[in-house]
Amino acid sequence: METNASKKSAQGRCADALTQYRVLLAQYGAVVAQHTARSIAGVRHEAATELLANSNLSLCDTDKAENHYADLNVMFAPDLGVNINRLPITTEAQSLFRCGVPALSSLIGVTVNDTFHPTDRLVRLLPEGVTVTAFSKASSADEEVIRRHYGKAAGNINDNAALALNTALAQDGVLVHVSAGVKVDKPIQLINILRNMTAPDGTALPALAVRRLLVVLERGANLDLMVCDHDMSQDTPSASLRVTEIYLDTDSSLNLCELEESSAGTSRHVMTFARQNDNSRLSVFAGSLKPSRTRNDFTVNLNRPGASVDLNGMAILDGNRIADNCTTVLHNSEHCHSDQAFKYLVNDAAKGAFHGLIRVAEGAIGTSAYQSNRNIIGGADAVMHSQPQLEIYCDDVKCSHGSATGQLDENALFYMRSRGIDLPEARSMLMNAFMADVLEKVNPEQLRDRLRHLVERRLSGADEQCGACTGC
Amino acid sequence: MSQNNILLQVNDLRAGIEGKEILKGINLTVREGEVHAIMGPNGSGKSTLSGVLAGDPRFTVNGGSALFNGKELLSLSPEDRSHEGLFLSFQYPVEIPGVSMVNFMRAAVNAKRKYLGEEPMSASDFLKLMRQKRALVELDNKLASRSVNEGFSGGEKKRNEIFQMAVLQPRLAILDETDSGLDIDALRIVAGGVNKLKTDKNATIVITHYQRLLDYIKPDVVHILYKGRIVHTGGPELALELEEKGYDWIKEQVDGN
Repeated sequence: METNASKKSAQGRCADALTQYRVLLAQYGAVVAQHTARSIAGVRHEAATELLANSNLSLCDTDKAENHYADLNVMFAPDLGVNINRLPITTEAQSLFRCGVPALSSLIGVTVNDTFHPTDRLVRLLPEGVTVTAFSKASSADEEVIRRHYGKAAGNINDNAALALNTALAQDGVLVHVSAGVKVDKPIQLINILRNMTAPDGTALPALAVRRLLVVLERGANLDLMVCDHDMSQDTPSASLRVTEIYLDTDSSLNLCELEESSAGTSRHVMTFARQNDNSRLSVFAGSLKPSRTRNDFTVNLNRPGASVDLNGMAILDGNRIADNCTTVLHNSEHCHSDQAFKYLVNDAAKGAFHGLIRVAEGAIGTSAYQSNRNIIGGADAVMHSQPQLEIYCDDVKCSHGSATGQLDENALFYMRSRGIDLPEARSMLMNAFMADVLEKVNPEQLRDRLRHLVERRLSGADEQCGACTGC
Repeated sequence: MSQNNILLQVNDLRAGIEGKEILKGINLTVREGEVHAIMGPNGSGKSTLSGVLAGDPRFTVNGGSALFNGKELLSLSPEDRSHEGLFLSFQYPVEIPGVSMVNFMRAAVNAKRKYLGEEPMSASDFLKLMRQKRALVELDNKLASRSVNEGFSGGEKKRNEIFQMAVLQPRLAILDETDSGLDIDALRIVAGGVNKLKTDKNATIVITHYQRLLDYIKPDVVHILYKGRIVHTGGPELALELEEKGYDWIKEQVDGN
């Protein structure tokens, strides 16, 4: 592990990865603007202006960089191509996506890099009152929804360089909107595919996919949403930078399941921001089934009484894989509930980090907030950093947090081997067992078995591609 | 009896843990159809002997050999020792939260079949086997869906060990302090299970402190282990003598020399 001293000195000579994007925006700002969906043009323009003007925005020199193994400045430093002209990367998203398609959901939309392609079935079968559309293809009513909510949950970009970068470069995005009282009985699945780009001379160029997802559930609406990040840029490792904004109005309920499966060298950063109203319910499962270098930031604002969030995740890390999860749960109102559980398996020379913050605001009486992070380390070079934090500015709350990192139980391994189960299988069974309780928290329920199966397959070393997608 | 084939031949076995030698030259011959009891005071090396034979990686073998069915046991992995027909009933069966008994046993059964070049057992055959063997030790069906040994009572854990033994049908079973923590009813059930599994082709080594278990599982040979060596070998009457006189006379005899 790097020492603090070496980290500090590295920061001292840090070349900010933002620079190249500032140059891009300065030179081609007009092109970016020209191809931006009109409903987000204003917000994008402001962000670009801020990014160019505010030299404090930087991807390298922040205190937050401490013990983040998925270092954003490294992830976004390569010369990544941004498709500012919105040229079609491929005309046949479906043929690219050859994975066996999920029986679980018939409502699928595919995003290749940052361009959304709804499937025919999605268009045909989407229930009334539900919209899934690219911002650029939205009806004027949906554009109103976008204008009302875009950039709101994510909030101020002044102290978040990655958010500023995404907002300044995002030219389009996907809106998922559920009207008041509509309960969507089929899960909707969004598959994000990351592709490299191709230069005019045919050479492959690494790409940066700048994605936005806006999920709006009106009063009393229900939705199960699955988002899968899949990667087909194997030979030319690319990067994705996504912001997901979620707005849950009174009494609405969203189950969000995210799965990632990336090839080596890929970088991925997803920032998820949620705003919740009275008695709304959010359940998130962040499954880093096979990340390469990934960082998930979750910021949940429990803004009105009775709102609740279940924020769970797992990371299965081997080789040199890296996963950081950073959660910020803000209890801004009374009688809200939050529960977090994150589990990591860190093998070989992989690195994992969990930063979890619960902040209970003054006056947020009747808060209950729990957080747990448990990890298994399975290699001399494997590293896990766990940093649970509680900030409580109110009496009359129930809060707890816990963190534990250990190894597979040697006694259990011998017991299993003495019954004839070989060491790799015994290890795999124990790792599956370790993940069992967090997988119980996956919503919707019908996804649990699929996910359990995927985890089992992943841990047994059956290294098929497309696993994550078929699980969705 | 002495014409029966030798199943296990231990010669001058030396082993220890963390640099400390505990077994200081064990010699033991077990033939098909025999029941051996190994008795001895605390700290004499009884559990070390069973652990070393089963391949517990905590122990280091410093010398000697253990031929099992003609194969050198000490060079086999714990899983292959199991496949070759060795079974250790643990003194403290391990709880494995999150791994169900059913999955555990299915993995064990199919691992052995794979080793023997057989196809995995069908689901219905497997369930039938489980049902049949559970009955042998009166193990509650409900335990099958629970995690391995998790929340089992002391008696259930030991019955679960014998259940696993019944499923795996070992050539040689080592019962390490199987009587500890058992009330008299549980003891009868466990011993009854062991006796029902006895054939003239397999053998059992019963490791115990007390003579009590030997009322139920009748030994052919009784050994006394003390300070890492077998210092006495005799017939069933030796166990009774120990019960009556304790271990002191053995200690005096050995330490006096």
